[in-house]
Amino acid sequence: MSSSIALLLVQDGIINGAIYALLAVALVLVFAVTRVIFIPQGEFVTFGALTLTALEAGRFPASVWLLLCLGVTAFVLDLARGRTKRALIPIARRFAWDIAAPLALLVLALVLAPMKLGLAFNIAMTLALVVPMGPLIYRIAFEALAEASVLTLLITAVGVHLAMTGLGLAFFGPEGFRAGSFTSLSFALGPLFVTGQSLLVLAVAAILMLALSIFFGRSLIGKALIASAVSRRGARLVGIPEALSGKVAFLMAALIGTLSGLLIAPMVTIAYDTGFLIGLKGFVAAILAGLASYPFSVLAAIFVGILESFAAFYSSEFKDVVVFMVIIPFLLWRSLSGTHVEEEE
Amino acid sequence: MTTPILTAEDVSVAYGKVEAVRGVSLAIPQGQIVTLIGANGAGKTSLLNALMGLLPSAGRVSFRDEAMASVVAEERVARGLSLVSERRDLFATMTVEDNLELGGFRTAASARAAAMEDVFARFPRLRERRRQVAGTLSGGERQMLAMGRALVGRPRLLMLDEPSLGLAPRIVRDIFHIIKALMQTGVSILLVEQNARAAMQIADYAYVMELGEITVHGPAAELARDPKIIESYLGLGHHR
Repeated sequence: MSSSIALLLVQDGIINGAIYALLAVALVLVFAVTRVIFIPQGEFVTFGALTLTALEAGRFPASVWLLLCLGVTAFVLDLARGRTKRALIPIARRFAWDIAAPLALLVLALVLAPMKLGLAFNIAMTLALVVPMGPLIYRIAFEALAEASVLTLLITAVGVHLAMTGLGLAFFGPEGFRAGSFTSLSFALGPLFVTGQSLLVLAVAAILMLALSIFFGRSLIGKALIASAVSRRGARLVGIPEALSGKVAFLMAALIGTLSGLLIAPMVTIAYDTGFLIGLKGFVAAILAGLASYPFSVLAAIFVGILESFAAFYSSEFKDVVVFMVIIPFLLWRSLSGTHVEEEE
Repeated sequence: MTTPILTAEDVSVAYGKVEAVRGVSLAIPQGQIVTLIGANGAGKTSLLNALMGLLPSAGRVSFRDEAMASVVAEERVARGLSLVSERRDLFATMTVEDNLELGGFRTAASARAAAMEDVFARFPRLRERRRQVAGTLSGGERQMLAMGRALVGRPRLLMLDEPSLGLAPRIVRDIFHIIKALMQTGVSILLVEQNARAAMQIADYAYVMELGEITVHGPAAELARDPKIIESYLGLGHHR
């Protein structure tokens, strides 16, 4: 292998790695706060990318239906479980957020999607449609399971993943889509060919990481999320509602997943089940970091990205096998070295 | 007698078939220190967790004239009920300052800064250590931080579970001084202690718990003269 090919592979790996890093950070975040191993993380990539491509083609984005269904379900469940106070104002407020807002988005999408209003509108609309699904899924599937074991939460997460993949197939069909590039910028840098889109991926990933570290280091709600992760009992004792931490964590995971989907939509052809594989690679990175450390997750994700691009170069049909195989020696080492994440009683 | 800030009627806590607390009733008068003493395993901690809403329980609990049955622990905190647990439950990886700030999670940002200043004034050691990570503090400092964190939330009733547990005698003395001083600021206190001698000295009223039930209660000064109490809880041979 010549050095210029190696350089090319590294470049490719770093760009994919940046996406895996974002997803890995989201997985670590959700796990730390709620103990949920968030398998559906990749579905947000799919839904983000496919909603964008639908809007770009002037088609009505079918993900609106899912948002509306989730909103109605969450509204009814919260009312039935007594989580919404049975008084006019709290019910009206929940109704506005859970049902009226998705309905408004539905009308907006019906009217505006055929007009092809351009990239900024498409991105804003995609975020507005997909990101709220995160907290809604938390309220429907996970909020009532706050005391459940990690295994129960994992099985629930797998269920959510299967449901979302199936719905993705129903909404978007089996074929894959690719979005147009956000920017036509490109230039040569020595032997490397650098596209504006790939720079955008790196820039957005870096900005998101920076924003996250400011959020966790400075804001009270960010500190409350860390606190919930460090000691659930301690967090309850200072009055941090478990459901609030859960909703915020899922909101952030959904935001990160959707943004990742937007970023890679012009670079990869995305079908209803593509996100899962991308999410799994983020998961590999998160596992390599012990589902605990954000900086290590980022490093591990870059490593996974580079490993994948070299594996693809040598043997493209084995590239996923190679990436998933690295978990095995690592898990062996973890289980032998005896540092486990203990389950709180 | 002043109106109680908290009353518990016929409260029971069960772990499966084992009843840790059986039909306990008690009242905590506004602005007083009430102590709950009893041997290890008497059910004191279970009772506190039930009062806080951390454990499901039968019976009625009311706090500031409001029934607590449907109020979850986090909301009880917002209403002014606070528990400093035996395990302290600090945020070990976060700094002293962040721990304290989170203690005021349910209070307005403007009030939080002033409350943190009050805590620093009361526990100067915490001010010295404010950039230190909570997990690296000594046992006494941890107890101070746990109390300080609760106080930033400006509780009306502070429930302290074994604040002297595992601390050197000199530090225990400091902690009890602080508890006494807190009462003078209008905070009501429920003090659970195995160190009955120290607890009875500062308490106005005392309950004795044995095998999940309240067996004796009365003004602390009276109980301190009761020969049976002296023999079981205050005797010279009683060491932890």
